[in-house]
Amino acid sequence: MLTIKNLHAEVEGKQILKGINLEIGKGETHAIMGPNGSGKSSLASVLAGRENYTVTEGEVWFNGKNLLDLSPEDRAREGVFLAFQYPVEIPGVSNLNFLKTALNEIRTYKGLPAIEGRDFLKLTKEKQQLVDFNANLMNRSLNEGFSGGEKKRNEIFQLAMLDPQLAILDETDSGLDIDALRIVSNGVNKLRDAEKSFVVITHYQRLLEYIVPDFVHVLYNGRIIKTGTKELALELEERGYDWLKEELHLKESV
Amino acid sequence: MTSDITLPFYQALTTDVNALSTCQAQDDLQGIRREALERFSVLGLPTLKTEAWRYSNIQRYLKEFPYELLYATTTVPASVVAQAAIPELDCYRIVLVNGQLQADHSELPTGKGITIGALSAHTQAPGFTKWFNKQHHLAQESLATLNTALFADGLFIELATNTVIDKPVHIVHVYTAAQHAFIQPRHLWVLNRNAAATIIESSVHPDANVVTFANSVLETVVEDNAELWHYNIQQGDQHFREVHTTAAQQQANSRYHHFNFTLPGTPFTRNNLSVALNGSYTETNLNGLYIANGSQHVDNHTFMDHIMPNCNSNELYKGVLLDSADGVFTGRILVHQEAQKTNAFQQNNNLLLGAKADINSQPQLEIYADDVKCSHGFTAGQFSEESMFYLRSRGIGEDAAKALMVNAFSHDITDEVKVPALQHYLQEQIAAIMNN
Ligand SMILES: Nc1ncnc2c1ncn2[C@@H]1O[C@H](COP(=O)(O)OP(=O)(O)OP(=O)(O)O)[C@@H](O)[C@H]1O
Ligand SMILES: [Mg+2]
Repeated sequence: MLTIKNLHAEVEGKQILKGINLEIGKGETHAIMGPNGSGKSSLASVLAGRENYTVTEGEVWFNGKNLLDLSPEDRAREGVFLAFQYPVEIPGVSNLNFLKTALNEIRTYKGLPAIEGRDFLKLTKEKQQLVDFNANLMNRSLNEGFSGGEKKRNEIFQLAMLDPQLAILDETDSGLDIDALRIVSNGVNKLRDAEKSFVVITHYQRLLEYIVPDFVHVLYNGRIIKTGTKELALELEERGYDWLKEELHLKESV
Repeated sequence: MTSDITLPFYQALTTDVNALSTCQAQDDLQGIRREALERFSVLGLPTLKTEAWRYSNIQRYLKEFPYELLYATTTVPASVVAQAAIPELDCYRIVLVNGQLQADHSELPTGKGITIGALSAHTQAPGFTKWFNKQHHLAQESLATLNTALFADGLFIELATNTVIDKPVHIVHVYTAAQHAFIQPRHLWVLNRNAAATIIESSVHPDANVVTFANSVLETVVEDNAELWHYNIQQGDQHFREVHTTAAQQQANSRYHHFNFTLPGTPFTRNNLSVALNGSYTETNLNGLYIANGSQHVDNHTFMDHIMPNCNSNELYKGVLLDSADGVFTGRILVHQEAQKTNAFQQNNNLLLGAKADINSQPQLEIYADDVKCSHGFTAGQFSEESMFYLRSRGIGEDAAKALMVNAFSHDITDEVKVPALQHYLQEQIAAIMNN
């Protein structure tokens, strides 16, 4: 579904991604871990098309299309979704109106008619329940004055509404209380199927107990330096990253 | 006179001035008209050297055509009036063609204490005698004095003490002429003690080939404990030019809520809005939203005159300037020495979305009292990139995202619109402008 080849990207003249290779198949869930500042959010941003990042080398293919050629909105319409680490607040844009606009823009792109008001409300109710999203937040401005946890829940609620093929969750677990973490994870698990893929960026093994990944990658200094299975996450939890950095330095000095 | 007398319009004007003095127009306002004319000849038409008109080149528009000064009555078909309808709005309707009341298209509110009719027919009404041409700021604006001297007619409203109009009143201004015309409507609305009304104004321009220039003056008086909600929607067209002067007076404990919406269409709009607070414990809300495109010019010139103590005024003007539109905002706040415990706030925020869009914003605070709270602020900027990216990352295209953002930017004005059908109408208009 997604193929990343030798991806290099910079922001404000600073090289952040330094040769990422990653293959994500249909129905797979990949976890990306790594120390602060290693480039996890940057990778997510480049995939979603944030314009202040410049790709200097490499390719990204999504279902046979060159993803890097597409505008951010077309990437979303093709089925890429990014749950932001820091969702922005947009005063004056109502959550409901925003979602309806998004849904209809995606439908238009796919040649579908705009969704009927009644169907939209039905869908909204159903997905709200999936992540236990407070209905009172629906009519409020997008994320404005939402608590940290409410914002994260809203990201997953949007994910459920827009039903993408590839969802990238950037630290969705941070800011969620213990119960919310379980609820949101269960919601995500219900969305998982053989057609959909997930990239879960996290610092904590705990999330991966709920959303069990097929692969775990460690991103460090703009590169994936280790790939394993869910056991790798446990090992990282215990030992931290230093041993990996040392391994890397040994390899590089050879 | 100090103005350029080579203007064709100006020559027409001189002829009319002579007509006024020789023919003696048939009303009992000769004294007032003559005095205004004298005042006008001192002030002259504004030029770029006139301080209050530095950024608005009205001469260019006055010179454009040989305007005819229009007094004649015309009628229009119902289909023209229907263009102004606001969907789902349950309201009374008053249709004015070039300022003249058209009873057959109107549905006037009736009831005890409500007087509504042509201004020319009410020059003996108590509200007229007491208040006509009394707002002292009018004498400072040359075009307002010109209106006083030569106006043909307009709308008179007087609500007696304790009279409340139960539904909004929608005033539909139709501007139409056979040749390029200079039209000068004159209105006076008086809300006596404890009276209340909601008035919505908008306009229709049925003629695609002639240019109409409206120089209108509205005086409103909000007496003790009365409340006026006043919405003015300016959506002209390419053949319209407008100088719109609103002069309000508030007496003690009164509340005046003024909303001005200028949307794309008219190439040149100048709004003079002044509020004189003659009593204490008043509340004034001045809300403005201007969305301009093409090479549109929108100038809002506002003046809050705090004469008496313990009054609150809140002014928020927001602008969205597209293409090479340019905006001007002047916010004068004068707090007299006696006006202690004044709260006067002013804010002007702008989105400059066109490559050549421009805003000139000037607060003018003159404060002679010491125990006051006053503030002013100005911003001009673009959309936040973060917000745009967020919207686009959800599949919302750039134009739709901009439309959402402009609606969001406008929401603190549109949210204050207390008539739901009107609020909805305005939001739709804004979305349509951004999606066009
Ligand atoms: N706009 C920018 N200008 C300059 N540097 C930037 C910019 N955006 C990101 N960076 C830098 O890129 C590097 C990678 O940041 P990124 O946010 O991708 O890290 P991360 O792995 O997501 O970290 P965390 O775990 O803390 O979320 C950091 O050093 C960061 O300071
Ligand atoms: Mg990050």
